[in-house]
Amino acid sequence: MRAHGLTSLSPAPAAAREASPAAGLARAALHEFYAAAPADGPAVTGALLALARMAAPDSPILWVRHAFVDRETGALYPPGVAELGLDPGRLTLVRARDIPSALQAGLEGARCAALGAAVIELWGEAKALDLTASRRLALAARTSGTLVLMARVAANPQPSAAETRWRIEAAPSRALEANAPGDPSFSFTLLRHRGGLAPGEWRLEWSRDHARFADRVPDASPARTGPALPGAVVPFSADRPDPPGAAAPVRRAG
Amino acid sequence: MALADARACLPALRVGETDPQADADLLQACATLCEMFTPLVALDGADGVLLDVTGCAHLFGGEEGLRMQARRTLARLGLHTRAVVADTPDAARALARHGAAKVVPPGETAAFVAGLPLAALDLGADTHLALGRAGFRAVGELAERPSQALTARFGAGLATKLARLMGREDIRLTPLRDPPACMAERHFPEPLGAMDSLMAVLERLGREVGAILERRGEGGRLFEASFFRTDGAVRRIVVETAQPLRDAPGLLRLVRLKIDALADPLDPGFGFDALRLAVRRAEPFDQSQADLEGKPDPDGDVAALVDRLVARFGRAQVLRFAARDSHDPLRAAALEPAAAPAAPWPEPDPGQPPSRPVTLFDPPQAIEALAEVPDGPPLRFRWRRVLHDVARAEGPERIAPEWWRVGARPPATRDYYRVENGQGRRFWVFREGFHGEGEGRPRWFLHGLFA
Repeated sequence: MRAHGLTSLSPAPAAAREASPAAGLARAALHEFYAAAPADGPAVTGALLALARMAAPDSPILWVRHAFVDRETGALYPPGVAELGLDPGRLTLVRARDIPSALQAGLEGARCAALGAAVIELWGEAKALDLTASRRLALAARTSGTLVLMARVAANPQPSAAETRWRIEAAPSRALEANAPGDPSFSFTLLRHRGGLAPGEWRLEWSRDHARFADRVPDASPARTGPALPGAVVPFSADRPDPPGAAAPVRRAG
Repeated sequence: MALADARACLPALRVGETDPQADADLLQACATLCEMFTPLVALDGADGVLLDVTGCAHLFGGEEGLRMQARRTLARLGLHTRAVVADTPDAARALARHGAAKVVPPGETAAFVAGLPLAALDLGADTHLALGRAGFRAVGELAERPSQALTARFGAGLATKLARLMGREDIRLTPLRDPPACMAERHFPEPLGAMDSLMAVLERLGREVGAILERRGEGGRLFEASFFRTDGAVRRIVVETAQPLRDAPGLLRLVRLKIDALADPLDPGFGFDALRLAVRRAEPFDQSQADLEGKPDPDGDVAALVDRLVARFGRAQVLRFAARDSHDPLRAAALEPAAAPAAPWPEPDPGQPPSRPVTLFDPPQAIEALAEVPDGPPLRFRWRRVLHDVARAEGPERIAPEWWRVGARPPATRDYYRVENGQGRRFWVFREGFHGEGEGRPRWFLHGLFA
């Protein structure tokens, strides 16, 4: 491990970190986060917002977004960012037209020591992000001491110069009263660690109020898929004729 | 003369359609090109350009030298020009259009103007005719008359015009573009084409401008580098900074980034004649002091980073979020250029899961949903051809449109639900309107995605 080694910045809670120090995210390095499926893009965005919040409690953050991510998963929504505990006023957003310009902007950010973190979100396979490009990012991060987080959605893990490589998947949240969705939950899988630590998997819940990830015990209460009480249900499609029998009250949708 | 008559006189006559717009464009291009002589350039009618060359002539070998160089420059565009240097804009204009003078020595305007015909007054055909009937032939004859009598007969306009023509009264030009706060320039004896040499010149200009700004205690916010090409084309590279700047290497880095990002590259062609660096906007420069540990101010570093990104990607792509006081989800936030100051954001409710999604679609995306009547959450919905079974849901959060903003037909009230599917993906969906209201069934939309 290098001198700067591990910091308190870690997606894994203390217990998991003791079991596997690999969970620590070194500052002054590049870390990659792959979405398990394209639909997990928002989960990756949320996880990186949370990690950036932990890494930089009050310093500015550069957020570089490939324009295609906006098109596929919607634009970054500041009230939602605030709900995750990160002050949106600290974000400088760069909307990059293509992957090379996203990498260029990310590199500028990685070189800036005053940033708390630089985040790059890319969609799809990136030819421009070869070993040279990722090595350049990693070197810039090491020189300036800035944390560089790279989100990859709809891409397969590639060899790179990243310090760690993770896969993130949305995980069912712990239900609140009346079966309301709870705090954001993620499943982190460590795919690779330069320090040679063993891969592992953590199911974590982001607690905005404490600004940290909490370990998640598997949910004991199974999710209910139907309404609590049977009631009148509208047909599924608004623009197609009702299927025969659908007009009658349906007791259960599943 | 009619075209048929003209053709009868000269059978080989070439005829072309008038194109006033193209003429105006050409004149504009000439004016831009003339900015290499002085920053104060104004258009004169449809076929003239006025330059205020006060204090500029010595750079071009005197007034005659400047005049010759201006004519040579415009001759490269294929234009035949008449140029006169005189004490006042009106005198120079009248002499160029109606006289034969070249350079009028200071204080001798009256003598040169005296012989001009009445048309040089440019007061309209009626006045010229009336003056002719009164027996006047030249401007000098008018000047000898008492001005009261002329004013009584022909109006105050004549007296004023006469005073300006004779150099007794001076007016300032209204330049096409505001004069810069300060500027520095170089004219090259030979056209210069090599980018490295140009950048070296630009850095020297940057240091000169920086020294001027330092004396004034200012820094530039908006810089403009003008490249005057030998063939008359002028390229301007504009660099805007988030904070006042007067450091030449920093400025040069921004200009380089901007040049690299140009859609059509800076083509040197046969080289550039002149290079000018102008500060279009200057602001007081606060001396920032490093703290006791000698660490530089992080805000300054971030501002410099923003400048580099803006130079590379443009103002519209480097943004900051600004809070807006509105309950309408689409209006609750706005994007602003990153140089703008940040406003505080409201604190989220402690102990509650996020109530707003991390990404938002604008416009919302239509979905097909199956839901309990009247206001139950969706039980399952189809978005982008994928069917999602809802495992958890919360809602509705009823958000009414801001009726004071909308027109005659207000949009329907929306009931928002936070829902989670079996895989743990979280969505923000809404139903537009109520069941049993209006025609058909209320429609469902997906508005955002939660982390």
